[in-house]
Amino acid sequence: MSDPPKKTFVITRFDPDVDEVPKTQSYEIAVDPDWKVLDAVNYIKDEVDGTLSHRWSCRMAVCGSCGMMVNGEPRLTCKDSVSQYGDTVEITPLSNFPVIRDLVVDMDGFMDKFKKVKPWIIRAKELAAEDGPVRQSPEELEEFKQFSMCINCMLCYSACPVVSNEPEFLGPAAIALGHRYNVDSRDEGASERNAIFRGEGTVFSCSFANECSEVCPKNVDPAAAVNQAKFNAVIDWATGLVLPSGEKE
Amino acid sequence: MEIEVLRHDIVIVGGGGAGLRAAIAVAEADPSVSIGMVSKVYPMRSHTVSAEGGAAAVARDDDDFEMHGYDTVKGSDFLGDQDVIQYFVQEAPKELALLEHWGCPWSRNEDGTVATRAFGGMSTKRTWFATDKVGFHMLHALFQHSMRFDQIVRYDEQFVTKLLVDGNTIRGVAALDIREGVMRLVLGRAVVLATGGGGKAFPFTTNGNIKTGDGMALAYRAGVALKDMEFVQYHPTGLPGTGILITEAARGEGGYLRNADGERFLVERDYGVGTKAELGPRDMISRAIIQEIEAGRAVTQGDWGEHVYLDLTHLGEEKIQSRIPMVRELSKLYVGVDPVHDPIPIRPVVHYMMGGIDTDIEGGTSIDGLYAAGECASVSLNGANRLGSNSLTECLVFGARSGRKALEFARGASEGDESSLRSEGANEAGRVDALRAKTSGTEKISGLRRALNDTMESGCGVYREEASIQASVDTVQEIKRRFEDVEIQDHSKVFNTELISVLELSNMIDISEALTSCAVVRKESRGAHTRRDFPNRDDQNFLHHSLCHFDSTGPKVSTKPVTLGKWEPEERKY
Repeated sequence: MSDPPKKTFVITRFDPDVDEVPKTQSYEIAVDPDWKVLDAVNYIKDEVDGTLSHRWSCRMAVCGSCGMMVNGEPRLTCKDSVSQYGDTVEITPLSNFPVIRDLVVDMDGFMDKFKKVKPWIIRAKELAAEDGPVRQSPEELEEFKQFSMCINCMLCYSACPVVSNEPEFLGPAAIALGHRYNVDSRDEGASERNAIFRGEGTVFSCSFANECSEVCPKNVDPAAAVNQAKFNAVIDWATGLVLPSGEKE
Repeated sequence: MEIEVLRHDIVIVGGGGAGLRAAIAVAEADPSVSIGMVSKVYPMRSHTVSAEGGAAAVARDDDDFEMHGYDTVKGSDFLGDQDVIQYFVQEAPKELALLEHWGCPWSRNEDGTVATRAFGGMSTKRTWFATDKVGFHMLHALFQHSMRFDQIVRYDEQFVTKLLVDGNTIRGVAALDIREGVMRLVLGRAVVLATGGGGKAFPFTTNGNIKTGDGMALAYRAGVALKDMEFVQYHPTGLPGTGILITEAARGEGGYLRNADGERFLVERDYGVGTKAELGPRDMISRAIIQEIEAGRAVTQGDWGEHVYLDLTHLGEEKIQSRIPMVRELSKLYVGVDPVHDPIPIRPVVHYMMGGIDTDIEGGTSIDGLYAAGECASVSLNGANRLGSNSLTECLVFGARSGRKALEFARGASEGDESSLRSEGANEAGRVDALRAKTSGTEKISGLRRALNDTMESGCGVYREEASIQASVDTVQEIKRRFEDVEIQDHSKVFNTELISVLELSNMIDISEALTSCAVVRKESRGAHTRRDFPNRDDQNFLHHSLCHFDSTGPKVSTKPVTLGKWEPEERKY
């Protein structure tokens, strides 16, 4: 049997208590061709260097923890085959986020953006458990289903040229989430969210780069959501001009 | 050094299905109550996210509580508490309706009603689903709904290292802020543990990296018994290599299990599942697969070791894509098989712990003000074997109930003496700091973890016997001693994941101690606990729960009566 192939992983290291700026460290290890990139990082952590910090959990592409830049591209590393890369693989923390330590980024700002879009069902009259499930046709479900598939992995924020220039930009995932509720037949909060979308740093900041949808590991297509949200926010505004308030929708 | 103290009325540890549901229950019951939610990960990373197939609740005209109750009792091999089960089946539809109101995208019938699918051990279609990403959708719906409530204050990426108990009353928790590397006290008048199971004690598991039995170990060390820990569920269909789950919904939608000869062995031979075949309960099907492997009828060629097949090729692309798209996604990604065209290699894999923190029907523990819900708890819904799709609903039903009960308790409870809690907290901070600063130590974390994993698999697998379990009991104690000499390479404060791994390993060792200790004394076969040396169920001597108490001289195992009811124990045959 031939020796397993070796690859060199060049990984960003940063401990704010010691380092002024991030540095890199190289690890040459034998890799199993079936490995994902995450398996290689885990191997380094377990067997080579216990001081390396990164986030991961489900290793099945649904918890959204293990996003990193691999050779400069935002990737979900538990989904990303190690064998597609050459002898040297560069791994850095997700772009456009402050770095806490090594490959761990600060996601508090991202979480705040989520809350801004009111990502919950808004109804004029609350329902009780005893009311039972509301009916929703398969077609109505289809309207928002795709936009409900976001795993919050944040790759789209790393890819987005607007986020890079304008850190306050609400960003692809948060807008897609707000839009997801706006087009859910059970929700009555679209006018509230559209008012948010018409504010600064939201849907009209988007430059149509489409990078978000290209890097999305779950095919959510946040770019489509942003475009639809933009259109709806305008229509909602125009309707508001024509009809006296209170008669909307 | 003075330790920082944070105060809330109620502290919830864990932000998955059960923890979020508990928090929402409290927030809705009384908006003036402040809730601190402490979680070692951001809530949407919690392992609830990985649940796939569905959540059970009576929904159809051909179903009723009696049937759901009996199925669950029988599935539990009569070790489920029947009062708990009756409460559960009645609350289940209401809880799933609430999830619907909160935005969960349940799959629908043409008329707009919620669709249900068949599941193992369930006598009719009562499993609600959102394709095959049910845990993901439920978790995100719960988390997003919880954001409405400003009184739920989250402490994300904070790792609880100790429960603060004063006499026999809970006062709060000590937690390590992973990001800052500092310890704090989060005090409350009631605490709910909702930290999930500990499947990572085993080498081959569907569980994510975070499933290290933390809440179980915290309660165990604080003196609360762990109950029925010997009952570990092996899910029949895990992908070889990674252990990634292929949902039971694949069989619910009509998938077959086949051996190397292409036989549907559950139909060809008598494995006790009768005409249910692939929709038998998990314990029986996992045993059947192991027997097929031992009889030489497993597939052996290829890279995946001995395995059998889950065959979906007769279902057609449209059905697979619309009902179980994640099965296809995972199979393609992690074993390179498209189930539309080829059968999926699978083998039994550690999935769920029926055992956990001993609670009563309200989630209450033996410590006043301390509650537990979800997989970390053993409320005795699942007994010796859980039916698939009961556990997501369990997180809701008992998460809500323990939240409400914690609120009721907190209203009448006093606050602890802060100065003594501060001094206890300072001691705990000192312990954690010393661990981080430790420079002696020769035992690699990964080596100890592997040793633990190996012994848990060899001693407490699908089939067990005295000698192998006893070897595990001894090996766990040896690993516990070796752990004292664990090597720490990372002495830094900020986001020290190695320190977290050490604390998690310690938790896994403690729950493994309880698990092996219970397994060795249960000399019968019941549900998921199958002994080759005692192949039959023995109601005469073992129709009781196992309890395991922590003691500095070693674990103490005792028993607790099962709450029976209208369903008399009978031979479990399908």
